[in-house]
Amino acid sequence: MLKELAERLSQGHRTMAYPKGEAVLPDRFRGRPAIDFAKCPDGCDACRAACPVGAISTVGGKPALDMGRCLFCGDCAVACKQGALGFTREHRLAAWSRDDLVIRDGAPAPQGPADPEKLAIFRRSLKLRQVSAGGCNACEADINVLTTVGFDLGRFGIQIVASPRHADGLAVTGPVPENMRLALEKTYRALPPPRVVIAIGACAIAGGPFAGHAEVHNGAGDIVPVDLWIPGCPPHPLTILDGFLRVVGSQA
Amino acid sequence: MNAGRPFAFHAGQAVPRRSVPALAFDEFREFAVGGVENGARLVALFGLPAAGDATQLLAILARDGEGLLTAATTEVGASYRSLTPDCPQAHWFEREIAEQSGVRPEGHPWLKPVRFHRPHCAARDAWSRPATLASKGFSVLGEGALIQALRPEAEGPECITSPAPNPQEKDRNVDPREETLRVPSLRGAPSPKTEKPDVGGMLPGVTDFFRVEGEEVHEVAVGPVHAGVIEPGHFRFQCHGERVFHLEISLGYQHRGIERALAGGPAARTMHYVETAAGDTTIGHASACCQALEALSGCSVPARAEAIRAIGLELERLANHTGDLGALAGDVGYLPTQSFCGRLRGDFLNMTALLCGNRFGRGLVRPGGAGFDLEPARAAELSARLDATMKDVAGAVGLLWETPSVLARFEDTGAVPRSTAEDLGLVGVAARGCGIERDARFDFPSGIYRLAQIPVSTWSSGDVFARAWVRWLEIQRSADFIREQLRSLPGGALRTECRTLAPESLVVSLVEGWRGEVCHAVLTDRRGHFERYKVVDPSFRNWMGLAMALRDQQISDFPLCNKSFNLSYCGHDL
Repeated sequence: MLKELAERLSQGHRTMAYPKGEAVLPDRFRGRPAIDFAKCPDGCDACRAACPVGAISTVGGKPALDMGRCLFCGDCAVACKQGALGFTREHRLAAWSRDDLVIRDGAPAPQGPADPEKLAIFRRSLKLRQVSAGGCNACEADINVLTTVGFDLGRFGIQIVASPRHADGLAVTGPVPENMRLALEKTYRALPPPRVVIAIGACAIAGGPFAGHAEVHNGAGDIVPVDLWIPGCPPHPLTILDGFLRVVGSQA
Repeated sequence: MNAGRPFAFHAGQAVPRRSVPALAFDEFREFAVGGVENGARLVALFGLPAAGDATQLLAILARDGEGLLTAATTEVGASYRSLTPDCPQAHWFEREIAEQSGVRPEGHPWLKPVRFHRPHCAARDAWSRPATLASKGFSVLGEGALIQALRPEAEGPECITSPAPNPQEKDRNVDPREETLRVPSLRGAPSPKTEKPDVGGMLPGVTDFFRVEGEEVHEVAVGPVHAGVIEPGHFRFQCHGERVFHLEISLGYQHRGIERALAGGPAARTMHYVETAAGDTTIGHASACCQALEALSGCSVPARAEAIRAIGLELERLANHTGDLGALAGDVGYLPTQSFCGRLRGDFLNMTALLCGNRFGRGLVRPGGAGFDLEPARAAELSARLDATMKDVAGAVGLLWETPSVLARFEDTGAVPRSTAEDLGLVGVAARGCGIERDARFDFPSGIYRLAQIPVSTWSSGDVFARAWVRWLEIQRSADFIREQLRSLPGGALRTECRTLAPESLVVSLVEGWRGEVCHAVLTDRRGHFERYKVVDPSFRNWMGLAMALRDQQISDFPLCNKSFNLSYCGHDL
């Protein structure tokens, strides 16, 4: 017992100050992409051509980048010779509307939740059931890490639970292989309504690297109604936490 | 090895496909079975479409002591004589061949699908399942040609609609203690009762399972969705009270079609497929892929990049081993180490993010070199963080070895006999925990490991304790290795260009990922594109080891045994 106490003193208090304190991110972190549309010359599609997953399209001669498909690999930024496209260190990426994940010229301000009344019941307490449906264990690992002492998810009233019957919401990762479709549907139906569905990661939003494969659906949205989208491959734990905090209403 | 036609090559060496001996089937079978009997190890066995209706089988054996690989091919028709009764290492590979290539290994003791998907060649199904069963047919993708497309289009599907007969006898009523003996062994002649399992349709897990019947015998079915934040898989326990007679593991829920999509490459998504094959082994798989591409294109990787890649690979090992030790502590109810290690695992992931901006190492390993440099200031920062974190890891993990209640739960739980580990060809921590000196960094060194060796860490008891202790030994040695690399980081370029790939070639790359040996075997076609890209994740070889570890254990020890292996579902399912 004394050894455990001594070790506890040695390791110290490790819960981060976030969200009140600063978000500590690596200098090479690739967060929200930013495009300076004025710098895009006519007819240039270097970024679109460089994207391995078709996240960039050209709308009216200007690029539109879908963060839902984006793997945040940064190949487009390397390909952009005008310096118009880059990745910022902004980690807050979650959106209530799938359209709000698309970064384009003249995009409207992001929308709030479609059904705020449904969400009101989850303020201060949110129990989530996680289903990995083809997730590669990166999104899963960065959800799991939120339950460690570093992030201490419990202090926000959020908990990952072991049964859909105990859950208010479903957190889905992975592109949803056909082999997981039934299990995902059944889990969703086992959640008592009102229930919230969160799609975490590029796979769960749009299929990720597996988009278009016959073996998978292109994300959770094909199977269950998604309320909140959290992009990334995988999203940084703080990006996921920021998304969860929007559901409990302590983050705008 | 066939004495008349010796052919050996190195891991990471591209060889012309025509130099691989094409043997008659009986010679091929003897090559694999006899080779394994003589101490070689089956690292890959798979099929690819050949002319007409034939399927070419390719077997790759590793001779660990000599650091050499041998290979042979043969052509088979709709079926062939299974290798498994004489070579248990082939058991999972042959089930995969049946599923992917639609070829039946006759006499396989338990021939079921491993992933529950349509065969790569739609015209042939080893279980004669109707072609219309799949709810989504294969479609041609924008990139990555289908293996299907390589087939002559002439023949139509030969579908027999009647389901295979169910041979299961339902009327057995015998003493369960006798029944343990009936659980089929992989070695020796198969029991006729288990020769032809009913594999049902295409739904994962809908198939026959081993059954033990008798008074007070019960079956526990778990999954696919589990109680935590874990990937899906299905487990069937045959129990008598708390005692587990047998565990059967049924996977495939994570199947995303990676091998099928890799064919026809290299393409824009190639690196992303391998980086997400098993996302917690991003650097292990990316390294194996890059080594294959570099060998095929004859490109020489700068020493600086080799060192950075190795630092990434060892950080991956540090993060996962530390996390596993914490989780093992949690599974025996010892919370201090669990909570310390949960945080420390993240510290290692953040060191990987310091290197490349991503906690799992996405983008760090790229063909021809590394995607990110390690400048002196960054190297100093990494070194300082490593020292601070290692001090805490030593304190957190040290508690385990000083706590009798932890050791009492670790010791003698989930023991795998060394002979079983050898029969099954286990790799990684699972093998080294049985006292087997098997480590690709030592046996088949590539990159910077040719110059800087890491001692192989083993322990002989084969139980949960051994797998925990080997992890702790490896943590210390990986940290020392990273410190050494940071002190003597080579200068020079970061990346060279990889040009076109050699046509009609074979390359096998072996990388010791944190779970064990990652094997990528790549065959190029006449144009220098991937004709077949075979990925063998260490989990593919180790899941059966977990099933064996559970025999005669308490079912309540399953989480502890499972965590001591910590295998990948998606790495297996691909």
